[in-house]
Amino acid sequence: MPTDNGSERVEVRKAYKLYIGGAFPRSESGRSYPVSDARGRFLANAALASRKDARDAVAAAYKAWPGWSARTGYNRDQILYRIAEMLEGRRDQFAAEVAAAEGLSRARAAAQVSAAIDRWVWYAGWADKLAQVLGAGNQVSGPFFNFSVPEPAGVVAAVAPRSSSLLGLVSVVAPVIVAGNACVVLAAEDRPLPAVSLAEVLATSDLPGGVVNILTGAVAEVAPWLASHFDVHGLDLAGVEDPALAADLERAAAGNLKRVLLPEREPDWTADPGLTRMRAFLEIKTVWHPVGI
Amino acid sequence: MAVFEYAPAPESRAVVDIASHYGLFIGGEFVESEDGKPFKSVNPATEEVLAEVTGAGPRDVDRAVRAARAAYEKVWGPMSGADRAKYLYRIARIVQERSRELAVLESLDNGKPIRESRDVDLPLVAAWFFSYAGWADKLGYAGFGPDPRPLGVAAQVIPWNFPLLMLAWKIATALACGNTVVLKPAETTPLTALAFADICRQAELPAGVVNIVTGAGGTGQALVSHGGVDKVAFTGSTEVGRQIAGSLAGTGRRLTLELGGKAANVVFEDAPLDQAVEGIVNGIFFNQGQVCCAGSRLLVQESVYDEVLGRLKRRMATLRVGDPLDKNTDVGAINSPAQLARIRELSEVGEAEGAERWSAPCAMPERGYWFPPTLFTGVTQAHRIAREEIFGPVLSVLTFRTPAEAVDKANNTPYGLSAGVWTEKGSRILWMAQRLRAGVVWANTFNKFDPASPFGGYKESGYGREGGRHGLEAYLAH
Repeated sequence: MPTDNGSERVEVRKAYKLYIGGAFPRSESGRSYPVSDARGRFLANAALASRKDARDAVAAAYKAWPGWSARTGYNRDQILYRIAEMLEGRRDQFAAEVAAAEGLSRARAAAQVSAAIDRWVWYAGWADKLAQVLGAGNQVSGPFFNFSVPEPAGVVAAVAPRSSSLLGLVSVVAPVIVAGNACVVLAAEDRPLPAVSLAEVLATSDLPGGVVNILTGAVAEVAPWLASHFDVHGLDLAGVEDPALAADLERAAAGNLKRVLLPEREPDWTADPGLTRMRAFLEIKTVWHPVGI
Repeated sequence: MAVFEYAPAPESRAVVDIASHYGLFIGGEFVESEDGKPFKSVNPATEEVLAEVTGAGPRDVDRAVRAARAAYEKVWGPMSGADRAKYLYRIARIVQERSRELAVLESLDNGKPIRESRDVDLPLVAAWFFSYAGWADKLGYAGFGPDPRPLGVAAQVIPWNFPLLMLAWKIATALACGNTVVLKPAETTPLTALAFADICRQAELPAGVVNIVTGAGGTGQALVSHGGVDKVAFTGSTEVGRQIAGSLAGTGRRLTLELGGKAANVVFEDAPLDQAVEGIVNGIFFNQGQVCCAGSRLLVQESVYDEVLGRLKRRMATLRVGDPLDKNTDVGAINSPAQLARIRELSEVGEAEGAERWSAPCAMPERGYWFPPTLFTGVTQAHRIAREEIFGPVLSVLTFRTPAEAVDKANNTPYGLSAGVWTEKGSRILWMAQRLRAGVVWANTFNKFDPASPFGGYKESGYGREGGRHGLEAYLAH
């Protein structure tokens, strides 16, 4: 855009930082790494998260989880829907970022953004329906009232898929939090910018700070700390492409018997997600009480 | 007060016919081992040798897995759900018909009172097969898609505390879903699993659908790490469960784990105290406390502490410890010398760390493995007897003032299998049930099980559920 003296306007660039406990800190390590677009042109410097950042993120998630899981389904439903509303309002920005990150045409990038928005809406509606679909009234052979309900496992650490920097990320985070879990997600290593922008959407959607924490950095460096952390209850390896690293992370997760969701071979993030990703991080609780007078 | 003495009322063991030697049940017949070593199964109440059993080696395990694979591909996988159901119904009926014999055999091999094997274990075994038989042709309605598929060959390793019941939980579910199995019973309690092999023959279950390999930890390790299995199911200690989970990393094989526990049994001041005391006793002395979901941490509200403790000690003093085959016996034998040593060690640690020990005054037999019903008072959350699973008739008593404190203390454990709540106030029951991080919450009851009721833990008590519609998930591809 021409300015008064006829030259191009110098644009205001954004600093891409982490998202921990509802705030946007830089890495405590002071490190960053350059992020390029699909053709190798410099886009921005992203924060290179450290072990301590990962631990801070887990601490924030652990703190946020009880309050979030105590919200009503209706309330979580509305907050996830609010995320979709906020995302809708910033379609153009996300389409540009996804296009740059993944080397897509503007139209195909926009389709990814639309699918991501619709995914939030789809998962939002599950918040008050999971107990009916996944729970049960159990007809036991005796004078007892007996029912089963799904409950969140707790804190889930996820590695977001590289192949789909926004839709894939949303498809991993939404099923974790809709049921009341808190989440620490490691963004796609070389395509982290849509994730950081998504954090800005989350921060303005009435989602309590700490429910979703987003880290950017090296998967091989940060993921092992999340996989071995004893305050993490579930691990989603969606974005771990190296089978040896995935096996190492799964082995580390056995330390406190985390629930682990293994990466799919060729995931189609546009397909109907089904219940699998929600069910993976839910516990079934069964309550008995005698019937009598 | 005059107390009438009980006359002995022993159940006859003439109904069981124990062979002197057992082979392995592979491909529908008993075969001798290729590379294993025999071992002996002992009656823990008398130290009498009951039978010589075969410890399967890796080659034996491989044979069993291949038999299960062949049966899966040729017979059981392609069979209709309706036909699988009929085989499972047959098994349920034969278990009912032979339940007296199986109950006596279970008590002989395990040491549990006949009252429990007869009235709890065996009825549940039959119910489990009967209930899951009905699922075999209804899997498309279970919520795992319209046509859920079996996984293939399941490797199943079960513990010694409920030998035949754990077999039923594992085998009934796996078979209903269309899988075939290789099951390893515990080293010290193989006999009812071997009797079950005979039931499979009587039911004319196709050869190789169920294979039983007996042995110790090495046999189990060979089985769960065998490359030819699609699914591993383990019930046992958290330590071994952790090792199995680690060893399966990277294989993509499905795993369910039902592991240890340190359940809190929370008694509020308004609880029906007579029932609560019965529930506390049932919670920790059922099956000699050798129960993963045992209510081993009693949390009593301070205002009723003295009253609950007084009633509890009076009740414990009436427990009859002794001959498992005596129909009046409440508490039987500890299953093995190794388990007895662990119970003794942790009890000594309890005293050394400053808790006060009280054991019910009871005479115990000279031979066999015995431990009296025991409770510890003055226990803090830091004590090992409040943190570690003892797996014996030892209760740790702690106190609380407010419901919030009860929740914090109950949840202060890496385990999360079960919990108990005793109060007459309905809203408080539901408030507690929402906050207790445990897979099963018993309110104004304890240690109840049913094939229609999902069972399994949070956190380090394992993952997956057994029982009900939820139990099917562990054996279906979806």
